[in-house]
Amino acid sequence: MSAHATPGLQHHFRDHAQQKSAVGLGMWVFIAQEVMFFGGLFLTYAVYRSQYADVFALASHHLNTQLGAANTVVLILSSLTMALAVHAAALGKKQQTVLFLVLTLVLGGVFLGVKVVEYMEKFEHHLVPGPHFSGHALGLEGDRAGQAQIYFSLYFAMTGLHALHMIIGVPIILWIAWRAHAGEFRADYNSPVELVGLYWHFVDIIWIFLFPLLYLIS
Amino acid sequence: MTDFVDSSPAAAHREPEPHDHVVPLPVYYAVFAALMVLTFVTVQAAHVDLGHPVVLGTKIPMNVIAALLIAFTKASLVVLFFMHVKYSARLIQLIVLGSLVWLALLLATLGDYASRGWLGNPGT
Amino acid sequence: MEATSLTYLNNGHGAASWLLTRDHKRIALLYLISITAFFVIGGFFAMMVRLELLTPAGDLMSSETYNKMFTMHGVVMVFFFLIPSIPATLGNFLIPIMIGTKDLAFPRINLLSWYIYILGGAFTLVSALSGGVDTGWTFYTPYSTAAANSHVMTAALGVFITGFSSILTGLNFIVTIHRMRAPGMTWFRLPLFVWAHYATSLIMILGTPVIAITVLMVAAERALHLGIFDPALGGDPVLFQHLFWFYSHPAVYIMILPAMGVISELVTAMTRKRIFGYEFIAASSLLIAVFGFLVWGHHMFVSGQSTYAGFIFSALSFLVAIPSAIKVFNWMATLYKGSVSWDAPMLYTLGFIGLFTIGGLTGLFCASLGLDLHITDTYFIVAHFHYIMVGGSIMAYMGGLHFWWPKITGKLYPEWWARVSAALVFVGFNLTFFPQFIVGYLGMPRRYHAYPPEFQVWNVLSSAGASILGVGYLIPMFYFAWSMRYGKDAPANPWKAKGLEWEIESPPITENFLTQPIVTEEAYAYAAKEHGPDHGKPVTA
Repeated sequence: MSAHATPGLQHHFRDHAQQKSAVGLGMWVFIAQEVMFFGGLFLTYAVYRSQYADVFALASHHLNTQLGAANTVVLILSSLTMALAVHAAALGKKQQTVLFLVLTLVLGGVFLGVKVVEYMEKFEHHLVPGPHFSGHALGLEGDRAGQAQIYFSLYFAMTGLHALHMIIGVPIILWIAWRAHAGEFRADYNSPVELVGLYWHFVDIIWIFLFPLLYLIS
Repeated sequence: MTDFVDSSPAAAHREPEPHDHVVPLPVYYAVFAALMVLTFVTVQAAHVDLGHPVVLGTKIPMNVIAALLIAFTKASLVVLFFMHVKYSARLIQLIVLGSLVWLALLLATLGDYASRGWLGNPGT
Repeated sequence: MEATSLTYLNNGHGAASWLLTRDHKRIALLYLISITAFFVIGGFFAMMVRLELLTPAGDLMSSETYNKMFTMHGVVMVFFFLIPSIPATLGNFLIPIMIGTKDLAFPRINLLSWYIYILGGAFTLVSALSGGVDTGWTFYTPYSTAAANSHVMTAALGVFITGFSSILTGLNFIVTIHRMRAPGMTWFRLPLFVWAHYATSLIMILGTPVIAITVLMVAAERALHLGIFDPALGGDPVLFQHLFWFYSHPAVYIMILPAMGVISELVTAMTRKRIFGYEFIAASSLLIAVFGFLVWGHHMFVSGQSTYAGFIFSALSFLVAIPSAIKVFNWMATLYKGSVSWDAPMLYTLGFIGLFTIGGLTGLFCASLGLDLHITDTYFIVAHFHYIMVGGSIMAYMGGLHFWWPKITGKLYPEWWARVSAALVFVGFNLTFFPQFIVGYLGMPRRYHAYPPEFQVWNVLSSAGASILGVGYLIPMFYFAWSMRYGKDAPANPWKAKGLEWEIESPPITENFLTQPIVTEEAYAYAAKEHGPDHGKPVTA
């Protein structure tokens, strides 16, 4: 039977090449379904934005564009550090890999911290959808307040789902960084780093669309 | 039918996997710089009113189009370079394309809203 | 007595060896048991519906209770029986073997899929036991989000959770079929069962996430009174329908494609003849998966979508019938001059071909805009989809279970009882659902617990048929269980069929193959005329 002596090789795979191509394909298929998952929210957003354009614009102005832009820079930077981590892993450079993964983690933490600040501000202005929502902070009432609540429902749903994906990603990156530190990865076995990289870049891409759509309605 | 074989003919035509090609660091830095520039551009563009030209009876919100084009460009840079899709197997590229096509299909629902009133009674 | 060899069934004993297994074959059996349990539960709700409809007056239960009965019937049967059925049981068991490998690409994710399914099922059962849901399995808003007084949240969350079971199964199949095929197993040597599951998996990946996010929005709206789908708060109920049907139409292809894959296998094995039009059947599986995503608006002809959209969806719905028809023609051509054996799998196959054709043709009636105005939300629609899902999918599932039973369990089922059950199912099914075409066309609405007295005769026929159908399903549960203990031991290839699964023992060893198989011939490479000593003689218990 095929040798199981190779570390990290699952027994049902013939060799590392097959395992690597299988897990890579698996992650991409997973990302494809994530596109459709977020897609439902994007469609909902598009429908209501076209119907309630002015209320959406008004509500969007209440968002802090500077914080949103800063967060965009932070997240794209974290994508760079993640790409550098994958690069280092492919070259078998253990310390660099750990360093860049940790940097990615820190930047991710900054992003989430800023989101907490933003969410708290919404909470203070009664803009969190639900029983305590009020259009007062926007100068809206009645139907238009309801439309603003739809905007904020989508704001929280989309950025919340995005943040949830980051919250899930952070411990995974931590785990991969730990394994890298323990010397588990080599130039010819570094799939886990690549896979977490793909996931993280996908999360970045979602934000690349969320930022202009939610924050930059003119 | 039951011979044991060490390396299969199938493995010989395995397409190049992402790890076979290591992207040079300058490429990453260039992509990052481009992403920063595009982020700046999209924020600035939001302050400029690009108008609403009327095409086929519908008002096209140019600001939205511009924002989406910029976002799409940024996303493409991330996909092609950070996610190595430019250097990936055809199958992976097909999956990326397929996801976009399917997302577009879902968004085609907007066609229902846009076509209300084109046939039949008003509002239908 | 033969020496007991180590098969996947006795390789490890005790609950932990089953509940923590990574063996795709054991996971398939875990699914088989749970799916059967849900089938019985869904059947119970059907029984309640048919009992009420025996009389025109709504006298057996209140309308609220009746609403819960048909809702729970739909939710359980669609999400917890039909969608997983063939892929999670037969697919899980056979795909690695058919492509010549040891297991699926991600065995632990496979086990996780089952646990997710069970968790989703538990939520739904909790919903049922706390009083049930009454929104219809379609959860239309704003009733489901604002007005309904029933346990919508738990049911919606149950559906959300179970969706991920489906997604992970699809992911596993796609990667496995792409990356784990045996040397020599090229795409065009794959059994059509594998092609069918590949196409199904594409739908699972691309469609299920959309309903997942949609039920999540429904749950959020219900909890927080948001207004995403409630017109009183600025929301759009038609948007909900778009999002819901974007998945739920392709979902019906998740339910039928694997069944078609089974039929392709059965039709060729039970006639000992190479299938006619292999490439066409493979291509049509992919076409059905793709086209299936283009027609969702045909569920919304009267909901308020634009007339223009309705026109486009109607035209596309006619087109989607074409690849299905291509399959039927190819199966018929395979049967022609084949050496037909009349065992249970063949009986179910013939039943499928006839009933699926009727179901499919009535789909064209439904796709026609003008006619649909008359028949939508009547029993015509109910009959149409039951012809496909029960007359089609479930018949194929039964046929497949019988066909592969010797391989899965190492035992032969009793053929005579199987034939009787198949006949009961066929007769019971037609008696249940054909009258529904008539009464629907005559105008009886669906989801009503009372109806005008002139419809009673059709409803009585239908309920009578349902009892026969129920018996037809119950008997196999008994003899399959019986066969596990008392059935004759099955040889490796009781049907003398082609396929890698028939070249290994019954039941297989855990690793499936002792040595890596290498494939050198086409699928279904039957000789031009097979007239060995067993020609025409079925293998019976």
